[in-house]
Amino acid sequence: MSRLLVCPPEYFQIVYEINTWMSVKRTADHHVAQAQWDALMVALEKDCGALLERMQPMPEVPDLVFTANAGVVVERVAILSRFRHPERQREEPYFERWFQEHGYDVHVLPKGLFFEGAGDLLGNGHVWFGGYRQRTDIRAYHIVGSLVGREILPVELVDPRFYHLDTCFCPLPGGELLWFPPAFDRYGQAAIVDRIPESKRIVVPESEAVRFACNAVCIGKHVVVPEGCPGTMERLEGFGYTTHAVSLSEFLKAGGAAKCLTLALD
Amino acid sequence: MAHETVFLHGHVIDSLLLPKVLDTILQFGGTFELADIHIGKTREEPSSVRIVVHAETPERVNQILAELQSHGATIEKEADCQWRPAPADGVFPEEFYATTHLPTEVRLRGRWVPVTGIEMDLGVRLDPGGQHGMTVPMAEVRKGDRIVVGRDGVRVAPLERPAKLDVFGFMESEVSSERPHGHMISDIARRMRSLRDGGGKVLLAGGPAIIHAGGREPLAWLIESGFIHVLFCGNALAAHDMEAHLYGTSLGFDLEGGPTPHHGHEHHLRTINRIRAIGSIEEAVRAGVITTGIMAACVRRQVKVVMAGTIRDDGPLPGVITDSIKAQAAMRAALPGVGLALLVASTLHAVATGNLLPASVATVCVDISPAVPTKLADRGSFQAIGLVMDAASFLRELAYQLGWKE
Repeated sequence: MSRLLVCPPEYFQIVYEINTWMSVKRTADHHVAQAQWDALMVALEKDCGALLERMQPMPEVPDLVFTANAGVVVERVAILSRFRHPERQREEPYFERWFQEHGYDVHVLPKGLFFEGAGDLLGNGHVWFGGYRQRTDIRAYHIVGSLVGREILPVELVDPRFYHLDTCFCPLPGGELLWFPPAFDRYGQAAIVDRIPESKRIVVPESEAVRFACNAVCIGKHVVVPEGCPGTMERLEGFGYTTHAVSLSEFLKAGGAAKCLTLALD
Repeated sequence: MAHETVFLHGHVIDSLLLPKVLDTILQFGGTFELADIHIGKTREEPSSVRIVVHAETPERVNQILAELQSHGATIEKEADCQWRPAPADGVFPEEFYATTHLPTEVRLRGRWVPVTGIEMDLGVRLDPGGQHGMTVPMAEVRKGDRIVVGRDGVRVAPLERPAKLDVFGFMESEVSSERPHGHMISDIARRMRSLRDGGGKVLLAGGPAIIHAGGREPLAWLIESGFIHVLFCGNALAAHDMEAHLYGTSLGFDLEGGPTPHHGHEHHLRTINRIRAIGSIEEAVRAGVITTGIMAACVRRQVKVVMAGTIRDDGPLPGVITDSIKAQAAMRAALPGVGLALLVASTLHAVATGNLLPASVATVCVDISPAVPTKLADRGSFQAIGLVMDAASFLRELAYQLGWKE
């Protein structure tokens, strides 16, 4: 059973601007956000069979809801994020405390070495890909790679709309990859193409990439996709996945969707 | 040209990070050199690469480094060079830095300072104020001298290829008797002319085969005409050169092809004895006892001559330095300003001179045996161009190209 870390959106709001999606003039509707988050939880628990670990929401840290950025978890090891923006650095102690209290072996990267957890580091089989330059510092992958004993191929993110790897790149359990190639430079595209055969690559059209089609959560043969991505859902179904569309418009205002709202714990 | 070394570590091959970094250097107008590359043996094992980034100006290098850093390249940690006092006269501290003959810099108080007196197989001594570094031979080190140890804070610059492509543009130690010599000798002649006109010096290190083979006249002419400014040789070259003047023989053989004179083998001994009686070669020339040949030309043109003795020498002639450490020092002292070295027909003097020359000095090794230029290259003088040919033919052709008429 898949365990996911989530955090209720009690204090979620747009109060600063740290990516191109955010505008303090376009605030989130608290009630709608809560309802969308609840619906996502239902889809994950009921439709996909996930086990949810809810952490305590805290005031002053509105993005704590995006638990994908807590860090990266490999078995009982948790490598904590070091956020690039001071606004999100405030979340670090809360995530650290949660991992400590839940018995994880917590690793903290050296100060100043930015690493934004499962937002930027995603595995596809044995190979892991690490997005860098916009948020994570590429040097973090040397340390993370040796801590978890995995090969991490760094890929540069070149489109500011896709500031985390999980906004444009979604590996699926069957070895397939949902991705939006223009978010990478030609070297990153070539490195990805080299490792994932064409028959397993699902290219998301730009109209759906901007609706965060790649920010999907996949558990077994179920995929939860943000609403408004029919083409992507059709392709996924063609690969034998059951898709579930969830409206996440309030979270898109902050530059996040389904995947950003969860962290895989095992 | 400015340069800086960066280090790239991680899964840089399959992620195409290495080609990306190299492309970036080129896009920003720099060039690179892969100094070290270690490729992980398994997918999990990271690779590491040391890259030397070159660009026209330090500003451009910094611009490139700033760009490379966002791709994970770290600037190689720079530290001042380390030194330890020499434990005794003539003894370097353990771990002393052994020089190459390439341009070398040491980092002193955060500044890269060129090491003076570049020569291979020496140590680097810092002045007591720690401001300068200069090479020092093992035998000349004094107890307590500050000698550079380890490799931190020492860097060696690769030779830049000359923009003008003549024979010296290839500096690659290729030794072949099959290569045409004509254009190579033309290039050497051109360089000698430009050195003479520009006040640079040409060094010739030669063996007695020059005399035996018939190279005496063209070499004497080259010296008289101001094309050669420093001569390194042994007892034999000088002795047979003056024997030729006094007896018309070289090692007893008639140079004009006449019959072998009786007791000709004594001629060089009688020559040496005569000069010893006079007191010096200079005095013999001034007194009109020796008026033709290489040594006479050297005295007249005030060419710096260093004669280094060997264990089999007869005599030796006055002026021959029999202490090889002193001879090395005298040869070393004659090198500043030398822009071209011709090593002709002497294994011993060619290798000894090669050891003393910085790689930046254009060097030509001429010998009838390909083993000599090969030996020179094997001992590290990779810049030496090998010409496999008879010494006399070489000197005649060279002198001819510079205007000599027989």
